[in-house]
Amino acid sequence: MRLYVNGIGTLGPGLIGWRETRAVLAGASPYRETARPEPTASILPPNEHRRSSTIVRWAVHVAQEAIEQAQVNPREVATVFASSCGETGVLDRLCTALATPQRVISPTLFHHSVHNAAAGYWGIATGSQQSSTALACNDSSFCAALLEAAAYAHIEERLVLLVAYDLPPPLPLYVARPLREGFAAAFVLAGTPVDHSLAQLDLNLSDDLSGDVTNMEDAGLEALRSGNPAARSLPLLAAVAGHQAACVCLEYLEDQRLLIQVTPCQS
Amino acid sequence: MKLKKPAKKPLVLSAYTVVTALGKGLEPTYAALRSRRSGLRPCDFEDVGIKTYIGRADGLEDLPVGSGSITKGLEQFDCRNNRLALLGLQQDGFTQAAIEARERYGTHRVAVILGTSTSGILVTEHAYRERDPQTGALPASFISRYRYTHNMFSLAHFVRAYLSLQGPAMVISTACSSSAKAFATASRFIEAGFCDAAIVGGVDSLCLTTLYGFGALELMSSGPCRPCDEDRDGLTLGEAAGFALLEKAERAAHAGAVALLGYGESCDGYHMSHPHPEGAGAIRAMQGALLRSGLNPRDIDYINLHGTATRANDSIEDKAVHSVFGSSIPCSSTKGWTGHTLGAAGITEAVIAAICLTRGFIPGTLNTTRVDSSLRSSVLLKNQEQPVRRVLSNIFGFGGNNCSLILGTV
Repeated sequence: MRLYVNGIGTLGPGLIGWRETRAVLAGASPYRETARPEPTASILPPNEHRRSSTIVRWAVHVAQEAIEQAQVNPREVATVFASSCGETGVLDRLCTALATPQRVISPTLFHHSVHNAAAGYWGIATGSQQSSTALACNDSSFCAALLEAAAYAHIEERLVLLVAYDLPPPLPLYVARPLREGFAAAFVLAGTPVDHSLAQLDLNLSDDLSGDVTNMEDAGLEALRSGNPAARSLPLLAAVAGHQAACVCLEYLEDQRLLIQVTPCQS
Repeated sequence: MKLKKPAKKPLVLSAYTVVTALGKGLEPTYAALRSRRSGLRPCDFEDVGIKTYIGRADGLEDLPVGSGSITKGLEQFDCRNNRLALLGLQQDGFTQAAIEARERYGTHRVAVILGTSTSGILVTEHAYRERDPQTGALPASFISRYRYTHNMFSLAHFVRAYLSLQGPAMVISTACSSSAKAFATASRFIEAGFCDAAIVGGVDSLCLTTLYGFGALELMSSGPCRPCDEDRDGLTLGEAAGFALLEKAERAAHAGAVALLGYGESCDGYHMSHPHPEGAGAIRAMQGALLRSGLNPRDIDYINLHGTATRANDSIEDKAVHSVFGSSIPCSSTKGWTGHTLGAAGITEAVIAAICLTRGFIPGTLNTTRVDSSLRSSVLLKNQEQPVRRVLSNIFGFGGNNCSLILGTV
């Protein structure tokens, strides 16, 4: 199945925005892990910006960058949001409140606890009424989302915005799910190319587990990749940044592999 | 809206089942619908002190996952949500049908695409009561099993492990629309060739988060919910597990088989917990399902409403339904039987639609005595015996996430 990448957004320590990320991943500048960045997510209206959780702003921030880069109207784009853990900050506050004798929880906190909170906020910010799917697949959340986005782009014949995002949960949940650092990446994907397409992706799902899963050469980037489900997108981002033909192998649970042949587009 | 080609061939639900407050499997569900027996009862869940009703599935307390020989080795998955999943898998020969599909297509060719909104959150709610007073740490027994219980993928992980499947998998969590959207994604996965068949459906189980959360939002009725009633005052929460095996028609169709004819997905792009005032997203979802199925509004025999019995949902859904279908098609909500099963509502009501198709009847809205006079759709209050060939089912969720399914017989 063939897909085109028309826009990318990224946010992570030392990987703020596609321009910086591309330079790092292409080897033009060294990777320096910085403090966790703050998302801007300026597309959110002030009220929504204030109400939203940090992780929602991470997701919206990269979505906005990818959409702007792809030069498309977000109202025309369906979305797939992938997060392994979702709103753990909100869940921590809810469970803390529910462990008190009064069990008083704020209504706002409750409706912010849904796994599709980021998708909902993106819809509110853009007014988009296109389909939106929020999914989880443990460490393979990005891979599952890429398949969903590819199938959607081809079968429903529409642009798809894929957003993968995960933040380390707050204590005490962190111990149960110790994600390393925060990371979010967004891709605008299409079934057909445009002038400014960045890369062509040929996807193949395989049961053959004999090949190696693509990892990152740099130790810091590899720690990020293996420690955050959204950062499992880094090898694909690196292949696009490298601007030459490359094959990326992603792990889809323990049982399958997603092979992605990446071919750069003229731009 | 862009016109789309209808699906080449509809996918068949070659096996399906549901467990709700009405009982285990298709027979008790049908019997309760026919006899108009509600599954709702005064809230007796744990020590919840809210004056409300619930649709609770019986017997989960005595059915730990891993206790019997068939779930040996799966102990780590034990939680209320997966117990309910297991109970669902064991009804109506579903497990056997799934195993046959696995043998027919291969372990890698059967996908597991399921919906849930809160997964096994109840274990985390309990664990937070047992934090170490000094360090605040959660109990070690919780930490080691978090991945298999509360983690959002847990449900699909468990079902995959139980059925020994190795194909594509994911959990869709778009609040109440979760398990309806599982049908759409699975349909695409089969059409894209990522798999040959898919286990779809979903599970949501009672927990403190949703009971106290909907309480805080003041969206919960103190009695059994009364969808579309003049005096409706909110929803009743329920729990459910439901599954369907989706396969290509050429492999599984027989006369009278139930098929997924179409789906439509949309967002409101309006508010996190309040529907779009004109029902714009709902309209888009229904029109999308019609387009995909290649059907006209008049081809639909019955509309199973989302019908949660909140003031806003029922009146806005009515506006949307009326604008697409006019007022001639019989509509009803079955939430008065099962309660709102949240992420499992899509599969619960898809299975109810399948019962309507195969048994030839339409359930009239339960608990409702006087239909809100401002509603313009044709809201049924009494059961109606009639052939039913095509049903549209609406599911709308928080975050303004909507999905409509059309099921029919082939």
